[in-house]
Amino acid sequence: MMKKIPAIILLLLCSIILFSASSYAGPIADREVLANGMTLLHSEKTGLPIVTVVVAIKAGSVAEPVEKSGIANLTADLLNEGTKTRSSKEISDAIEFVGGSLGSAGGADYITVTLSVLKRDIGMGFDLLSDIIRNPVFSDAEIQRRKTSIKNSILQQKEEPDIIASKAFAEAVFGKHPYGRPVEGTEETLDRITREDIAEFHQGYYLPNNTIMTVVGDISKTELRSLLDGYFMNWQRRDSKEISFPVPAFEDRPKVIRIQKNLTQANIILGHVGIKRDNPDYYAVSVMNYILGGGGFASRLMDNIRDNKGLAYDVHSYFSANKYAGSFQTGLQTKNESASIAIAEVLKEMERIEKEPVSDKELSDAKAYLTGSFPLRIDSNRKIAGFLTAVEYYGLGLDYVDNYRKFIEAVTKDDILRVAKKYLHTGNYVLVVVADLEKAALKY
Amino acid sequence: MKILRMLFILLALLFHVHAYALDVAEYTLKNGLKVLILEDHKAPTATFQIWYRVGSRDENIGKTGLSHLLEHMMFKGTEKHGPKTFSRAIQRAGGTDNAFTSKEYTGYFELLASDRIGLPIELEADRMRNLILAKDAVLSERDVVMEERRLRYEDDPQSMVYEEVIATAFQNHSYRWPVIGWMSDLKDLKPGDLMNHYQTYYAPNNAVIIVVGDVQKGDIVSKIIAAFGDIPEGPEIQRPKIEEGPQRGEKRLFVKKEAELPFIVSAYKVPDIKHEDGFALDVLGSILSDGKSSRLYQKLVYQQQIALSAWAGYEGLYKDPFLFLTGATAASGKNIEEVEKAINDEIEKIKKAPPSEIEVQKAKNQIEASFIMGQDSIYMQAKMIGTFEMIGGWRLWERYLEGIRRVSPEDVRHVAEKYLVSDARTTGILMPLKADRK
Repeated sequence: MMKKIPAIILLLLCSIILFSASSYAGPIADREVLANGMTLLHSEKTGLPIVTVVVAIKAGSVAEPVEKSGIANLTADLLNEGTKTRSSKEISDAIEFVGGSLGSAGGADYITVTLSVLKRDIGMGFDLLSDIIRNPVFSDAEIQRRKTSIKNSILQQKEEPDIIASKAFAEAVFGKHPYGRPVEGTEETLDRITREDIAEFHQGYYLPNNTIMTVVGDISKTELRSLLDGYFMNWQRRDSKEISFPVPAFEDRPKVIRIQKNLTQANIILGHVGIKRDNPDYYAVSVMNYILGGGGFASRLMDNIRDNKGLAYDVHSYFSANKYAGSFQTGLQTKNESASIAIAEVLKEMERIEKEPVSDKELSDAKAYLTGSFPLRIDSNRKIAGFLTAVEYYGLGLDYVDNYRKFIEAVTKDDILRVAKKYLHTGNYVLVVVADLEKAALKY
Repeated sequence: MKILRMLFILLALLFHVHAYALDVAEYTLKNGLKVLILEDHKAPTATFQIWYRVGSRDENIGKTGLSHLLEHMMFKGTEKHGPKTFSRAIQRAGGTDNAFTSKEYTGYFELLASDRIGLPIELEADRMRNLILAKDAVLSERDVVMEERRLRYEDDPQSMVYEEVIATAFQNHSYRWPVIGWMSDLKDLKPGDLMNHYQTYYAPNNAVIIVVGDVQKGDIVSKIIAAFGDIPEGPEIQRPKIEEGPQRGEKRLFVKKEAELPFIVSAYKVPDIKHEDGFALDVLGSILSDGKSSRLYQKLVYQQQIALSAWAGYEGLYKDPFLFLTGATAASGKNIEEVEKAINDEIEKIKKAPPSEIEVQKAKNQIEASFIMGQDSIYMQAKMIGTFEMIGGWRLWERYLEGIRRVSPEDVRHVAEKYLVSDARTTGILMPLKADRK
């Protein structure tokens, strides 16, 4: 009976947060679709004289052709390397002189451009932001420079066993699906990308109607409106190129990938295809995974493999639920010699949660954390901006703060058993081991 | 360079005192426990942190890694709150918790909804004195830390070079060994070693509590007095004065390990931030390394394209003089000697001609802006206050702010000439070996 109390307190707490938020500016943010098709999310926060802007554009690697893999990331990477009126150095000089930052990042579903400035520099910030998104020139010299740099990074990743393992895992799980390819491409595909390809990719996808702009910080609606009028409202909407790719049938049998490296530890990933973000079971899966390996020291994997057996520093599991597909993976690193024991324990814990109901306490603890930690997910401007972008992209709705709690609270022990059986596959998984294979002497 | 970034944020903290002074309230309990509270009501969350004045500098040869292993053991339970309960209780309250160990300090923190702050106060008070150090638990956690060491150092060629450079730069200062400890020492740490360390250093008069978030000072202080007030003061801690002798010539070392790209780190002996020259050294680091417009990025990465990355930074947030670091990862096919020469050329250039007023102003603006932006996070604010407090008092920031503002282009040139000299340098180079077997 005692266990129910925290849940009730949490429930009250959540409503208090919602109310206190609404006493300032209504829901967590204002949303509107502008005349040119750009979606705007605005959350005014006057506590600090700073403004964070995240521009998410549906121009991620899912939009690129397989033979030009890496073009989405390269295009994003080149945005601040020169525009029609500014050189790369002029852009970095301008933003860095005022202590701000302006950067872009590639991604599978969407790319992002993030601006952080003091309130007093917001005009200059918007000028640069609009310029790099709308007017990049993609000069040959800059393209060469960034290609070389990305190729060097790809090379350096070969020093990092966790990245080697992740790349092999994604390829094995997703195959020809874009999620199976590294966002940064490969040396071969980068070599194939021409200046014309990049300009065409930019033309085809960098459009207001493909864009979510999230603005959080010390800026009023009127101030924002005037900046948008000056820098974004004359950005014309056009029909976007369709994002289409073959959806391959995922392989349905166990596959073991062994990669030899002279390491002291085996880096292990075991997992398989998971769920998409819009799957209604997402919330039951979240609770189930918290108990299995998502809940840090409260999780079974951590308890068994780290706390009881001392086999690993880090052991975890997660569902990566994206727009077009998802994966489930468990990961750990252990000395080569204990690789097989650790893998056996991971499989044992997956089987246990598929076969036996979780305890009442596990369930109530998981729910208490997932709902009670929500305030921590939105307690800074930076976190709010990231949160709002995801809420919009995945269509979760601005009442998600409230709905999330309801969805989590509704999960039952039967749901957990059901989703564990449905979405965990102990008989047919992808296992990647990057290790000194002789010492590891894998039994898998 | 996480430490470097942290340093900038910390410096920034100092910089903006006039316009955005941090209203830190300070209290000291009868048992010597210091409490620093900063109210920040932007969101209904708070962080509770307790920092102990003990780190790897307080360890001895053969027993390195003790502070960090003890940090791990602090999650293993007390008489009142058994094993496996600490983090679970915090998570059940919707919070997260963790800990960190450095050369100077060991800190524990919780982040949670501010109306739950009573929970970490009670739990931290309990584990300050009542930890159980069961033999089996110690042996098992020792294995976990050895796995952590394999993960962070043994299998990471660049970290290994960094570890060797620090170990070579210092001769008689305990800064020379890594916080995580040497592998051979870890294998032999005993429950008794941990108990001694715990009883010596985990006392109210050797700890500082920092609370930042949506709290009321008065309320927090009463809660802290109720939970910690009866814990007796520990005996005064004897700390030897350690003074690193002068370096009389460059030291060079090589790490040969399976890797893809050559890598270099150089470390110069410099004073800590309590010294007047610390301010100019920090501005120097920023001019060389902060952002794409910085000198090292422009020259090595952008123009010459000989490096994948190149950086520099003043590491002055230590009790005793520490290091100014420079480093780079060579681009594929480029020679590390060429990269080293290019970095040294940039240093020589700044010794000959002071940076422009604009470059110095940019560094100051970056420091100021990152101070304000740092206030977006309650965790970062607490971490800044704690770091300064550990090395000489959180109010150091006032002096530091003024110091940064005073820095002139000539000061920057001067400290480069005074400290960035080859005789005070230790250089480590990673020489990649190709995989030798299938």
